[in-house]
Amino acid sequence: MSPSPESPAPERSGPRLLDAGETALVAEFGNEVDPTISDRVLALDASVTARALPGVRESVPTYRSLMIHYDPLVIDRATLAAEVTALAQAAPAQARRGALWTIPCCYDPEFGEDIATIAATTGLTPDDVVRLHSGARYRLYMYGFAPGFCYLGGLPEAFATVSRRLKPRPPHPPNVVMMAGGLASIATVSMPTGWFLVGRTPERMFSLTRTPTVLLDVGDELMFEPIDRATFDALEARAAAGEVVARREPQP
Amino acid sequence: MSTPALRIVAAGPGTTIQDSGRHGYLRFGVTGAGPMDALAHATANLAVGNAPGASAIEVGLGGLSLAADDGPVTLAIAGAPFAVTLDGQKLETPLVLTLEPGAALSLRAGPTGAWCYVAAAGSFVLAPVLGSTATHTRSGLGGLDGGPLKAGDRLPLGAGAELGHTAPSRLIAPWLERSRDVVRVVLGPQDDYFAPEVVERFLTQPWTLSGRSDRMGYLLEGEPLTHAGGFNIVSDGIAHGAIQVPGEGLPIVQMADRAPTGGYPKIATVIGADLGSFAQLRPGASFRFAAVDIATAVAARRVHAEALERPVERVPLIRTELSSEFLLGLNLVGGVVSAKAPIA
Repeated sequence: MSPSPESPAPERSGPRLLDAGETALVAEFGNEVDPTISDRVLALDASVTARALPGVRESVPTYRSLMIHYDPLVIDRATLAAEVTALAQAAPAQARRGALWTIPCCYDPEFGEDIATIAATTGLTPDDVVRLHSGARYRLYMYGFAPGFCYLGGLPEAFATVSRRLKPRPPHPPNVVMMAGGLASIATVSMPTGWFLVGRTPERMFSLTRTPTVLLDVGDELMFEPIDRATFDALEARAAAGEVVARREPQP
Repeated sequence: MSTPALRIVAAGPGTTIQDSGRHGYLRFGVTGAGPMDALAHATANLAVGNAPGASAIEVGLGGLSLAADDGPVTLAIAGAPFAVTLDGQKLETPLVLTLEPGAALSLRAGPTGAWCYVAAAGSFVLAPVLGSTATHTRSGLGGLDGGPLKAGDRLPLGAGAELGHTAPSRLIAPWLERSRDVVRVVLGPQDDYFAPEVVERFLTQPWTLSGRSDRMGYLLEGEPLTHAGGFNIVSDGIAHGAIQVPGEGLPIVQMADRAPTGGYPKIATVIGADLGSFAQLRPGASFRFAAVDIATAVAARRVHAEALERPVERVPLIRTELSSEFLLGLNLVGGVVSAKAPIA
């Protein structure tokens, strides 16, 4: 990719404002999975949250946009749009540097039930699948779909050919690590899925019986640390008792 | 003496506790839930003196039977015109009444409409989850145990349950009589994923509600829409009422139990004022969409908000629905002939 000198630098253009009905305004920074776009979404999210405008109910950061839910009987669309445009101009390109986490993951065949399929699709050996998956550094771009469902970018290119299941799988166990469509994910709540199962973590990305309920902030980075079945069982028991078993790594 | 409670005698599969919804956690993937018809839910609550967003029972097409335990329970029923019977006697809805211990109240789906609400004076004492009692069955949050209500469940009443004995009275709530032929939308946020003539067809052709619809999404049947380019977009936020168009071209309207984010283009969004009446459509019903601007959507919303600012008036149900023997049996005859009395 070689941007022509005439084209405006993408990080300088303001967000596109789109209406999702009369109660939600979308500030869109792009249409792809890209850390630079995500940084701008998160910076605007932080500014909108800090501004705490009356009538703004909540905001939802996604890969490429911020959805701002509002009460149009308290704040009108024009006022909100002007505020969002001004906040986007004033916001830094990156609001904060994300933390780095190590998430334990058991890739045993019982949990990584689709590793053989992924190996067959990609031409890798099952060991290579685990080595590549656990060797990559991922970014938490957004939560969505279900409580604590983490959409991760940073899946190695070797897995780009792993699409989605032709038919959804019946509900998976809780706390599974998955991949599909060039993305990785962690799913906390048992749900039917079109993703492929790579492993299972003893960590709860979302838990109502633990403080904090949610462990990672959007924008944080994470790596998976392979653990054997005995370690999984031990960590699972501690996590079930409310302990955090992922590690937040010190960063220089 | 124990606190009065409402006991579920029998419940269809779609019966849940809903308050105004779980707010502030969409960013963590937590669905808002809340009532399918917020206007009917709020009306039922206001009619018994509750806050408009208090916990109430949402009854689906499967119906509900109730009894009062350990004391009388004053209830309001509003929403779809369900067949309501008290000890076998038919009552006209929307209504307010006091359910005595030993009496049997039942709601069954009527000829039209999909959702009916039962609010109890004092509301219910339930432990909120992330600030709300709204049930989201897919993720197991809210209600009594994260699931739908079932036979044997007890809902203890909150403070203020002693609203006073109320003769069966019809509620005057004309704002619940809404058009179901036209559903108004604001185009976007991804209408540019469709050619102008396809957007035009979306707005002019009739659509029929599929039987596979539920609290999460209302699936539409009709001539499929074609995308101008791809149909997989990088996931973004989903508003209540967003109309997603997946690959095969049949729209899915995202309802109360929708996921907070999703990856299909959204051609338009149903306006807030029409979400409740749209939710009340029964599978097989046909309708059309009509595009309006934001100002029109906000004005329609304001009309509903203003309707709920006044007390809900009521008129006693007298001979038209109840035999005099039945009234004597309830020992209510002396009280029902007074003029309609608004309650706070």
